[in-house]
Amino acid sequence: MGGLQKKKFESGAVTNYITRNKARKKLSLSLPDFRRLCILKGIYPHEPKHKKKVNKGSTAPRTFYLLKDIRFLMHEPIVGKFRAYKIFVRKLRKAYAKAQWSDVERIRENKPGYKLDHIIKERYPSFIDALRDLDDALSMCFLFSTFARTGKCHVQTIQLCRRLSVEWMNYVVASRSLRKVFLSIKGIYYQAEVLGQTVTWLVPYQFAHDHPTDVDYRVMATFTEFYTTLLGFVNFRLYQSLNLLYPPKLDSKAETELKAAGEEDYAMDSESYLEKLSALSASLARVISTAEEEEAEPDHFPAEGEDLERMEEREKAQKEQEAQKRLFEGLKFFLTREVPRESLAFLIRCFGGQVSWDKSLCIGSTYDVTDETITHQIVDRPSIEKQYINRYYIQPQWVYDCINAKILLPVEDYFLGVTLPPHLSPFVEEKEGDYVPPEKLKLMALQRGEQPGENFHPSQDEEEDDDEEEEVDDDDDDDEEEEEDDEEAEEEELADEANLKKMEQQRSQGKALSVKVTPGKVKAENRLRTEEEEKAEEKRLAIMMMKKKEKYLYDKIMFGKKRKVREANKLAAKRKAHDEAGKADKKKKKAKKQ
Amino acid sequence: MSKAKDKSSKKRNIEEDEEQLPIFDNNNKNAGALDNDEGDSDVSDSEESVFSGLEDSGSDSDDDDDDDDDDVEEEDADEDLDNEDANVKANGQSSGDAETTERPSDDVSKPKHDEKSSKGKRMKKKERKKERGEGEEKEKSDGDAGLKVLAQVDEYEHDTSDEEDIRNTVGNIPMEWYKDYPHVGYNLDGKKIFKPIRNKDELDEFLDKMENPDYWRTVQDKMTGTDIRLSDEQVDLVHRLQEGKFGDVNFNEYEPAVDFFSNEVMIHPVTNRPMDKRSFIPSLIEKEKVSKLVHAIKMGWIKPRKPKETEPQYYDLWAKEDPDAILGRHKMHVPAPKMRLPGHEESYNPPPEYLLSEEERLAWEQQDPEERKLNFLPQKYPCLRAVPAFSRFIHERFERCLDLYLCPRQRKMRVNVNPEDLIPKLPKPKDLQPFPTTQSLVYLGHTSLVRCISVSPTGQWLVSGSDDSTVRFWEVGTGRCVKTLEVGGAVKSVAWNPNPAVCLVAVSFEGTVLLVNPGLGDKLVCSATDQLISSYEPPVEQREQPVQWNEAESREQELGHRLVLQHPKAVKQVTWHGKGDYLACVMPDNSSHLQVVIHQVSKRRTQNPFRKNKGLVQCVSFHPVRPYFFVATQRYVRVYNLIKQELTKKLMANCKWISSMAIHPGGDNLICGSYDCRLTWFDLDLATKPYKVLRHHKKALRGVAYHKNYPLFASGSDDGSVIVCHGMVYNDLLQNPLIVPVKVLKGHTITHDLGVLDVTFHPTQPWVFSSGADGTVRLFT
Repeated sequence: MGGLQKKKFESGAVTNYITRNKARKKLSLSLPDFRRLCILKGIYPHEPKHKKKVNKGSTAPRTFYLLKDIRFLMHEPIVGKFRAYKIFVRKLRKAYAKAQWSDVERIRENKPGYKLDHIIKERYPSFIDALRDLDDALSMCFLFSTFARTGKCHVQTIQLCRRLSVEWMNYVVASRSLRKVFLSIKGIYYQAEVLGQTVTWLVPYQFAHDHPTDVDYRVMATFTEFYTTLLGFVNFRLYQSLNLLYPPKLDSKAETELKAAGEEDYAMDSESYLEKLSALSASLARVISTAEEEEAEPDHFPAEGEDLERMEEREKAQKEQEAQKRLFEGLKFFLTREVPRESLAFLIRCFGGQVSWDKSLCIGSTYDVTDETITHQIVDRPSIEKQYINRYYIQPQWVYDCINAKILLPVEDYFLGVTLPPHLSPFVEEKEGDYVPPEKLKLMALQRGEQPGENFHPSQDEEEDDDEEEEVDDDDDDDEEEEEDDEEAEEEELADEANLKKMEQQRSQGKALSVKVTPGKVKAENRLRTEEEEKAEEKRLAIMMMKKKEKYLYDKIMFGKKRKVREANKLAAKRKAHDEAGKADKKKKKAKKQ
Repeated sequence: MSKAKDKSSKKRNIEEDEEQLPIFDNNNKNAGALDNDEGDSDVSDSEESVFSGLEDSGSDSDDDDDDDDDDVEEEDADEDLDNEDANVKANGQSSGDAETTERPSDDVSKPKHDEKSSKGKRMKKKERKKERGEGEEKEKSDGDAGLKVLAQVDEYEHDTSDEEDIRNTVGNIPMEWYKDYPHVGYNLDGKKIFKPIRNKDELDEFLDKMENPDYWRTVQDKMTGTDIRLSDEQVDLVHRLQEGKFGDVNFNEYEPAVDFFSNEVMIHPVTNRPMDKRSFIPSLIEKEKVSKLVHAIKMGWIKPRKPKETEPQYYDLWAKEDPDAILGRHKMHVPAPKMRLPGHEESYNPPPEYLLSEEERLAWEQQDPEERKLNFLPQKYPCLRAVPAFSRFIHERFERCLDLYLCPRQRKMRVNVNPEDLIPKLPKPKDLQPFPTTQSLVYLGHTSLVRCISVSPTGQWLVSGSDDSTVRFWEVGTGRCVKTLEVGGAVKSVAWNPNPAVCLVAVSFEGTVLLVNPGLGDKLVCSATDQLISSYEPPVEQREQPVQWNEAESREQELGHRLVLQHPKAVKQVTWHGKGDYLACVMPDNSSHLQVVIHQVSKRRTQNPFRKNKGLVQCVSFHPVRPYFFVATQRYVRVYNLIKQELTKKLMANCKWISSMAIHPGGDNLICGSYDCRLTWFDLDLATKPYKVLRHHKKALRGVAYHKNYPLFASGSDDGSVIVCHGMVYNDLLQNPLIVPVKVLKGHTITHDLGVLDVTFHPTQPWVFSSGADGTVRLFT
């Protein structure tokens, strides 16, 4: 009376998954096409919870896709386009082989193409979704826009990437939404806050790439294809939200100014337009050409008691942000030719500063070096010959550090030829127990409005003093004081040593050390201490009683915590050693000088 | 030698294939020319040279020249003038004088012959013509002196050339046919041509081979059967052919190719054909086609192709966002994690502590790229302009791409647990007092490890047995050693009789179990005990017993020994029944069924309760109230009902191996210590599996013990610690026992990897005794 025997691996989790090869066969696509389809449609493999069950009892490594995903792909119109393209290639090859050139031309003209608009809409049903996924798109576009126009990918792609990235930067400038920036050894990280979403992207330094051989550029190109489409639509929407014209146009006022400046160098207006845009020195044209709109003040809603604090906090943050947006307002910068122009111009314009550069460096410079109103000149060379007296000559790191600190930092640390203070990552948010570099502590104090000389970090301050002494070399009083301090310390040491010597002498002479009977001291029972000990033991005993599973988890957590502490301690110890070494060096130098 | 030479030269009759002929001609010509150049360079315009160049069959003549130069030098000039045939004939007839006479007739006959065969041999003629042409050219270049003569000679020369070779008229047949005949064919006159006389035997042949320097270049002509010595030119030709080269020395295989159609404009047309008329008249068909197309364009049927849109068009894609359009898929969507944000160490100018030291850098380099915590080396640059390009930038972007589309995604619930929450909430040890907390006394005296301890039922005395073969009795309160008994071996086990009315201690060493009356405590009790033992009356019928019961000798009696039980094997453990009459001994032996014996002291009787061997017995124990007997083998604890004489329960300890066992005074719970660091608690009413397994110790457990009154149990381990736990057993059967570790007692030092060997509780106080491998017994109160 048994029913049909239930076969293994025919029901349950196994029915939800499909291996890659099977999926490919089901869609009757070649592997590259399947790959492209997956990239465009955002289909990724899924890791089943019980791999062995899904893999029909085998533990061989296999990638699994959700069967639903693959079914979903079957109805994709682009699959048809892929097949059409395959046929196109075949026809073209045949025509070539037969040397039918007119056919070749005709077939070429009818090359099938596809659009990704619907895929964008499908993958990002709402605009916020798209913004959320913009990090990779931007990083990719910025990378591709730096490629040389030979080999590797189509020139049109590079141009499109360049155009889109320039548009994005112009939007960020216009909306003043940049928040953080970081000079890393890989490139420059930017973080902007667009419609409440943080978007981070990485721009490589301006160098020619040596293209690695083990990178599949087809994959990258497919991603770029998708990302450019996405970024185009996002840009359009963003420009619209700011009432800017898309494709971006320069402000008419700025345009005439620029025209006068750089017309003779470029034969065609269209050619130079993108470059003018990418110069980032002029504002963009708006749809309704009005004066700067007053930003609407957000209404204040009286909040209930417990929300009040939070409300206040929020308000404070908002104020801070507003202040940050106007960080460089009223400042006039001039860039020399050795600094990364695009990055700095972008940053300064993002925070309301005015910026210009040498006319021969790039199109779009608005004023000259000789302009008397320039407040800061950004220089990255050890010294400069002709210096104007009414401006600061600073190194580029100042701009980056100011933006991250959200205040204008003192320029003294960034003068020419000065050893720069470390450049810290703005993305690190230290939690309790993490290691915080002393520079960060100083910065935080500055942000709180404390003066740097307030003995916040004694060793640091001392160091600074030393610096100044070395530089100025006329403050002898301080010098002496310090020496006195040193002497005192030395004296103490000497005394100790003397004591020891005495003892040793006595021992060597064979005299017994003076043995004394001292009245016993009452051992004060430290209540707190015993209590603590008790608690610790209690905990230890309780830990013994843990279940195996929980114990494992607990051990893991504790291990992680301990490792963190260890790392922090290690960093702190390293710093200490470094500082001490630095001090010793300085002392030596001083001794030499004297 | 010279004689042979002469012979051969005289009888020469060369037959050449017609095809070969021209080659030879050329060859000869060249040879002649060469000769001229080399030998007669000074006589440039001599007749000889001219004619040699023109001659058709120079080879023969040359050969002749070479061979006959001794005798007929003066004839050379004439011979050269001769045509081939004449020459051959002359040779064939071997008459130099007849030459001149025959020549004219030959000359006359040849043209006739030519005319006759002209039709059939046009091809040959052509060849001749060519030759003649060449000849003529040469003639022209030469002086006028030879002109007349040449013209005359030429005429006949080419005419006779057809027949020149035909000395033998048999034709092109296999010459084997004439093998048996003395002749090889017929000459033109129809006379037999006789084979040359071959009288050379092997010896001659050999001598010839040795002495004749030209032997290697001598070949036999099959047509005439004569030996022919090949001339230098002929040898050269053979060599050239063998090497696969062209026969003619002067032939240039690699002549520069001259294109017929070149870039140079020729003044004259290649063909002289006049242009067609149709090339001047417009085509009607084309006109028709064009007019059709024009018409179609006019009518708007054909439209020009639209220029393709290369620029992507952007518009407001999200103009109409309706939340319902969100696909169900998006609910399952696992968004890709964002790229990790950089820390301080990635800065171009990081704080100095983030830079790697030399060792760290080396370690980083030696690690696999996948294992590295940072995928770059932190570096410090003094200024921004010194920062180079990051070499792995494209790589990293590519890897990110791969991650996005190849990396399987899984939603993982991140456990955000406060580790404090994981710690179970247990009653505070403070609330579970009393329990031993501090070490208060150390009983010193043993010189070797103390294996076993036991406390008297009154709690005043402690007995300990050690490997130094002594048993010591201590006063618990003072730590004084009251008595020391020397026994004959390392003491394995001691057990104080739990009956307070009897003062008796069982001591086991090797195969002996001693029952000792230490004579401590109440005098009355001691004497009562002695009386009890001495009052024994042996039964009427002596039964066969596995153990010998002996009374101690008088000298030993004084020391306290009362009874000596001689066991067949070493006794590992002795334990009393609660009433104090029965004594169980364990003699672990894997191969025998006599592992456990139970003695009845009052009747001095011994029984072996088990007939079968169920594994190596580790320890045994009596149930405190009921007639149950617990036997712990290496993996199981078996519970026997002594009255029914049957197995009631088999407890699975799930450990390797059980070392010790203790039974709760209530009798429903049991703990086992094992060598794999576990302490298992069995609830006998609950299951045969452990109720709880405690892994508190780091090393093997050696001893476990329950307290008689307090809810406490203790375990001693090789890690030198004694852990005291609160083990509350409720009367309510539904409530599970509560187990809380309350104290870790440390004091014993580890010697030879052994720590605590035995633990036992004080019968009335919450004190615990422990004996260790360091030779001490310690009391914790």
